Amino acid sequence: MTTKERRMKQDMLFRWCCRIVTFMALGVLLVLLSHIFSQGFKWLSWDFINSYPSRFADQAGIKSAVWGSIWVISFTAIFSVPFGVATAFFLEEYSNSNSKFVRLLQINIANLAGMPSIIYGLLGLTLFARGIGLGGSVLTGSLTLSLLILPVIVIASQEAIKAVPNSIRYGAYAMGARKWQVIVGQVLPAALPGIMTGVILSLSRAIGETAPLIIIGALSYVAFTPLGPFDDFTVLPVQIYNWAGRPQEEFHEIASAGIIVLLAVLFTMNLVAIMIRQKFQKYRM
Amino acid sequence: MSKPIIQVKDLSIFYGEKKAINSVNVSFSEKQVTAVIGPSGCGKSTLLRSLNRMNDFVENLRVEGEVLYKDQNIYAPKIDSADIRRQIGMVFQKPNPFPKSIYKNITWGPQINGYDFDPDALVEKCLKRAALWDEVKDRLDDSALALSGGQQQRLCIARAIAMNPEVILMDEPCSALDPKATSRIEDLILDLRNRYTIIIVTHNMQQAARISDETAFFFDGDLIEFGDTKEIFTNPVEEKTEDYITGRFG
Ligand SMILES: Nc1ncnc2c1ncn2[C@@H]1O[C@H](COP(=O)(O)OP(=O)(O)OP(=O)(O)O)[C@@H](O)[C@H]1O
Ligand SMILES: [Mg+2]
Repeated sequence: MTTKERRMKQDMLFRWCCRIVTFMALGVLLVLLSHIFSQGFKWLSWDFINSYPSRFADQAGIKSAVWGSIWVISFTAIFSVPFGVATAFFLEEYSNSNSKFVRLLQINIANLAGMPSIIYGLLGLTLFARGIGLGGSVLTGSLTLSLLILPVIVIASQEAIKAVPNSIRYGAYAMGARKWQVIVGQVLPAALPGIMTGVILSLSRAIGETAPLIIIGALSYVAFTPLGPFDDFTVLPVQIYNWAGRPQEEFHEIASAGIIVLLAVLFTMNLVAIMIRQKFQKYRM
Repeated sequence: MSKPIIQVKDLSIFYGEKKAINSVNVSFSEKQVTAVIGPSGCGKSTLLRSLNRMNDFVENLRVEGEVLYKDQNIYAPKIDSADIRRQIGMVFQKPNPFPKSIYKNITWGPQINGYDFDPDALVEKCLKRAALWDEVKDRLDDSALALSGGQQQRLCIARAIAMNPEVILMDEPCSALDPKATSRIEDLILDLRNRYTIIIVTHNMQQAARISDETAFFFDGDLIEFGDTKEIFTNPVEEKTEDYITGRFG
């Protein structure tokens, strides 16, 4: 065998390895999805989405969970995005990255991003639910989830800011711009697609979180939709978890139906992320 | 020779301990093109950046001496460096248009600085002066990054012109361009010389000879020779200058 033939063989071998691994992962996903759809699809209806939970599977719906998720995720976005993006700008544009303090901060943010979510639940319970007496309200839930996704938003935004070449900053300074004008007028718009992607991915993570919300006391049987941030609530994954834990087979099936709704929400969010990215990437670097 | 607009007095610039510019004295004349030449690493870019305080963004850099712009030391404590940069524009070695539309590239500077202007008229005027108008007039809302390198560099010149500066500093503006794009920019500089003071760093001897009125030759942080371009290229006083111009080193 010549060297050339051997190299081509290696190339093909590697390609096939990649292919097989990819299909294996996809296969598992497909099995999971087909199981969920075969169980839950027949329960999907407008009534299912527009009814409150019930002791009877055929009357149960996810109205309170859907609205709870919308309330919680909206407030989570309101709390986490401004703080996360501003922190990223401070760290990248204003702080001195050589200082010990900033390096310590950076390491801590990275560690926080990898912390188990249940720990955030305990923090939220102590700090928000009991500490400032918000109880198991929408506010407690969204503040807790905000803490949970804040590090990810910070890190993703930092990466997006880092990716803006310095030549753009110098070009802006050479026009007599001040630092805040360079940041708001040039760096932020250039980094926005990356920031948006990070934000939406972390919000998608927040919308699927169960454990911290159970800890802070999200209810699993809620026969009303929250009317304000201080109301009690439940969310989709908590509702699904609750149904999946019941002994009756029908409840497992409506849990699957709930999962389909949750997947649809996630899918829509990712679609929105892609669309936003496309829109802002008109001026690709 | 016309009157000086920028006078550099006993200017020394240090990167940490290292001296990059060594007690330089030089005057740049108003509405003339001055070429700054010299071998790589001799401090041309460092000097150029010190003329509009772009060196402020370099860490560990220290400046001694004075740079007088219209008899005012731009390193005096009460001076606002952003204000200096509005009057002394800069074009960089690598074209760096903003990741925005062609139109916005022109209007951004005047807008953030609160200038009172008619945007359409300004865009047209600047692009015409930068000899880019005919190529882009039908796609002003397209991304500036979709332009060719040469067009991008002319856009950067147009963007600098939009600030209505007195002086335009150019650091090897053609080094990333092909000969055709280069000659367009050279023509453009010749066009602009009656309106603006242009100080251009170049490695290209023919270019310096073609477009400049005066030439400054630097070597290892020292100003070796300064004078009329024709004189310097035909009859240099210093041996080093002659060696460099004739290509014996550098
Ligand atoms: N940021 C920096 N930190 C430390 N030293 C630097 C820095 N920038 C430049 N120098 C040094 O200062 C000297 C002058 O550099 P400068 O960039 O001004 O040279 P130049 O004449 O523009 O060279 P070229 O023709 O290659 O662009 C060089 O010895 C260089 O190594
Ligand atoms: Mg240089």
